[in-house]
Amino acid sequence: MAVYDRRYRAYEGPLTPVAQRWKVLPRHAWTGVFKSRLFVGFFTLCFAWPIAAAVWIYLHYNLAALANVGLDNVRLAAVDAPFFAAFMGVQCFALGGIMTLLIGPGLVSPDLANGALPLYLSRPLSRTGYTLGKMFTLAALISLITWIPGLILFLLQAWLAGWDWFASHVWLGVAIVGGAIIWIVTISLLALATSALARRKVVAQTFLLGVIIFGGVAGQAVNVMFGTRVGFLFNLPVVMQCVWNALYRLNMPTAFPAPVAFAALLGISGLSIAILAKKLRAFEVVK
Amino acid sequence: MNEPGVIELEGLGVRFGGRPILQGLTASLKGRAIGLLGPNGAGKTTLLNTLLGFHKPAEGRALLHGDDVVSGDPSLRSKIGYMPESDAFIAGMTAVRFVRMMGEVSGLPPEAALERAHETLQYVGLGEARYRTLEGFSLGMKQLAKLAQAIVHAPRILFLDEPTNGLDPPARARMIRLIREIRDSGRAQIVLSSHLLRDVEECCDEVLVLKDGKIAFYGNLEEERRANKKFIHIEMKGDEHAFAAAAEGLGCTCALVGPGRVKLVMPETVAVRDLYRIAAENAYQIRKLDYKRDSLQDIFLKAMEEPRGRL
Repeated sequence: MAVYDRRYRAYEGPLTPVAQRWKVLPRHAWTGVFKSRLFVGFFTLCFAWPIAAAVWIYLHYNLAALANVGLDNVRLAAVDAPFFAAFMGVQCFALGGIMTLLIGPGLVSPDLANGALPLYLSRPLSRTGYTLGKMFTLAALISLITWIPGLILFLLQAWLAGWDWFASHVWLGVAIVGGAIIWIVTISLLALATSALARRKVVAQTFLLGVIIFGGVAGQAVNVMFGTRVGFLFNLPVVMQCVWNALYRLNMPTAFPAPVAFAALLGISGLSIAILAKKLRAFEVVK
Repeated sequence: MNEPGVIELEGLGVRFGGRPILQGLTASLKGRAIGLLGPNGAGKTTLLNTLLGFHKPAEGRALLHGDDVVSGDPSLRSKIGYMPESDAFIAGMTAVRFVRMMGEVSGLPPEAALERAHETLQYVGLGEARYRTLEGFSLGMKQLAKLAQAIVHAPRILFLDEPTNGLDPPARARMIRLIREIRDSGRAQIVLSSHLLRDVEECCDEVLVLKDGKIAFYGNLEEERRANKKFIHIEMKGDEHAFAAAAEGLGCTCALVGPGRVKLVMPETVAVRDLYRIAAENAYQIRKLDYKRDSLQDIFLKAMEEPRGRL
């Protein structure tokens, strides 16, 4: 319609499938996220370690290339489960954690503060669809810096090491993807829940940081005071490490058996979902 | 057989924490623009939110175009446009991106949503400001942006909650003009909730008055006005008793409301000139004659006075 033709007019065109409406949310959220130069810089930096790891794997099978630059007799550490666990640890816990702190708190709190939820929920978008859309915004970005490069490195290693290595290490590929997804789901839900509770981005960021850092400190205090290890349940990275140790088949001492740690992660996720179910409503009814 | 209404309320009741907020609402709303009126706390916003599917009825049901509002049917939601009363926007977005996104969530493909976002913002008068972020908008501009997001997908039912709240007179006039244009286009039926009688009077052809969560009045405004057209108030000099008796002889219903003051309802067969003829024949002087039309204010006040409502 021409700009001078100001009339109310019907829409007769096609509609998108209802099941895909939630995808609108992450698409528009990413547009906003990538407007920040700080975030773009950080996001670029997140690929430094995967590139370094790829070079490492390449050199591991091409020591002659090192000899060409005068580095004879160099012995590179093996590319095995501890190598991938260390790589994923940096990507998930450090970089994924920072990314969660940068994006997660701003996902829901501005919508609650500005009364945007009735606008979404009066449309063909359910609360589940809204949560899924917001969660996917963060989960997809963390995936891009965690299990996707991890899987590419695993496939690079398999390509260089040969079929036998791949056949005997399929479980490692599963550990890379599965371990990262468990972390991503837990941290994304936790970020959404804190964002829904705080209503302000800065407060939500502080809250989330507090849950991750001070949870560990409080857990340690509980351990010291009561001479127990239960306090570690408040320490999200420690709990996650217990699950990872089992997935990566690492022989390292852990605070809990993997099933207990996994149950704790389920508990955190369940609590986050309960908070979201309570907070994500078009209107809060005061009874 | 009666034609089904746009909105059918069938014994609708809503409770919050056991406390009844809406009770036994039954009505078939058919108008092009339906006004929801009532004092604060009467249940207007609760009714609107229930129709939008935000609250579950404790009893009865509400149908929009024949579909139960609690069904959550996406095709029903696609037909709905909603402009909330309070501030409602997405932080950090320009007006055009905001309206486009709302269009996409309603089901428009991205290209169509962008095109319609531009059109709609032009239509509501925010064309020049469409690349500005919503946080920087004045209250009036935010109201217009809210209207734009409500109509971007061309809904068949448009819910407007206090659309003129906080607007200065020119901005209010513009909002009223837009609502009337949408109504007159015949492409959307409007449900307008307001505590301002003037807004409802200017925009709506039907009105539903709520009082304490119950329907105090529901009717067609134009029919109400027509029904009261023959309601006449006379101030006269002379024997008002004899005048009233003569008027009753013609078939009028009369009431003496004071010395020299008569109220009467004329049947269709009687004209005003018949009253002047009676006065002339008996040498009475008619000093003042008013057609009494029920204004919305009269209807509203009457509904508030009546303990059990009139429906």
